[in-house]
Amino acid sequence: MSKQNTLSQEFLKGLWKENPNLVQLLGMCPMLAVTNEVVNAIGMAGAVTFVLLASALIISLIRSWIPAQVRIPTFIVIIAGFVTMADRYLAAFYPDLSKALGPFVPLIVVNCVILGRMEAFASKNKPGRSVIDALGMSVGFGIVLLIMGAVRELLGNGTILGAQILSPNWYDPMMVFILPAGAFLTLGLLIGVSNLVQKKLAGR
Amino acid sequence: MEYIIILVSAILINNFVLAQFLGICPFLGVSNRLSSAISMGAAVTFVMTLTAIVTWPLFYLVLAPYKLDFLQIITFILVIASLVQFVEMFIKKSSPPLYDALGIFLPLITTNCAILGFALFAVLKNYSYLETIVFGVGAGLGFTLALVIMAGIREELQFADVPQSLRGAGITLLVAGILALAFMGFAGLIR
Repeated sequence: MSKQNTLSQEFLKGLWKENPNLVQLLGMCPMLAVTNEVVNAIGMAGAVTFVLLASALIISLIRSWIPAQVRIPTFIVIIAGFVTMADRYLAAFYPDLSKALGPFVPLIVVNCVILGRMEAFASKNKPGRSVIDALGMSVGFGIVLLIMGAVRELLGNGTILGAQILSPNWYDPMMVFILPAGAFLTLGLLIGVSNLVQKKLAGR
Repeated sequence: MEYIIILVSAILINNFVLAQFLGICPFLGVSNRLSSAISMGAAVTFVMTLTAIVTWPLFYLVLAPYKLDFLQIITFILVIASLVQFVEMFIKKSSPPLYDALGIFLPLITTNCAILGFALFAVLKNYSYLETIVFGVGAGLGFTLALVIMAGIREELQFADVPQSLRGAGITLLVAGILALAFMGFAGLIR
């Protein structure tokens, strides 16, 4: 980054230009695994947002005290702490959601979006800026999760958030979209479309 | 017989990459060449087996009796990170050629969600010690299988006329989707 971005640019870059999923291809596992229903996608987006914001804040606050050699283990332990909190919270207050997400809440620890942002941004910037960056990334991540969840639930089950959208009278749900294969296909096409739009915008 | 079922199910039916979505990042990242896919698969299988050997006693002898199972995430990730570090140092000393072959793939394994996911799954499934180890080997082999198939397809794919916007990650995911469909055919093997 040659010149300092303004705060709003810092936020917006997570949404599109450096979108963690579509452009950087990070954090693919939860993206594919929990998007069979919109509810699960929302739960996962919430958990990731919390962990990303909290650890960005803490890590950028203590960034000058972390020795460079052990920074990765330090980040992982801090992230794991917040993930445990999110996991326990979901298990206590939303047991159904927690069961549906299964091991993918604990797996946020190794979600490369989070570790990547800590390494690339929070460990080098002031707390305020890091939180804005984390917020942008979480929103970018959440939007893609929601799109994936909505497409898969709509095509695979004819519903969104459990409400019938496509009437079973004339729409035959394509089961494959709730199954693993559908996740790969949806994300592959989504990345293709985003590349296409990107190119159209650049060509203008 | 039970062990064979666990093994087959981990390799084919509940394949970690294609059915459980674990380890997608290395799956997309290192599946462009067959040789690196094999090295990565070998490294993951090895670390996964070690993780099985270490995390089971740790969970059932230390964490569970003292009601510390909420520390499971932190404990497992630390165990995996230190295991990877240890394995790296050991291989560097004992077998430099192997170290050169696995080299950069070893540190990457720490953030491979397949390993942590495996440790968490093994606890969820209430496997015995031996079953956990078999599960670990199977999951590693399944990961390797998916990676090698993918690498083979991608080497061929380089000569295909893929639409510009789908090149790279897009087409890889689409191929993975078709592979996942094919692997669903194995679901009837075991009930």
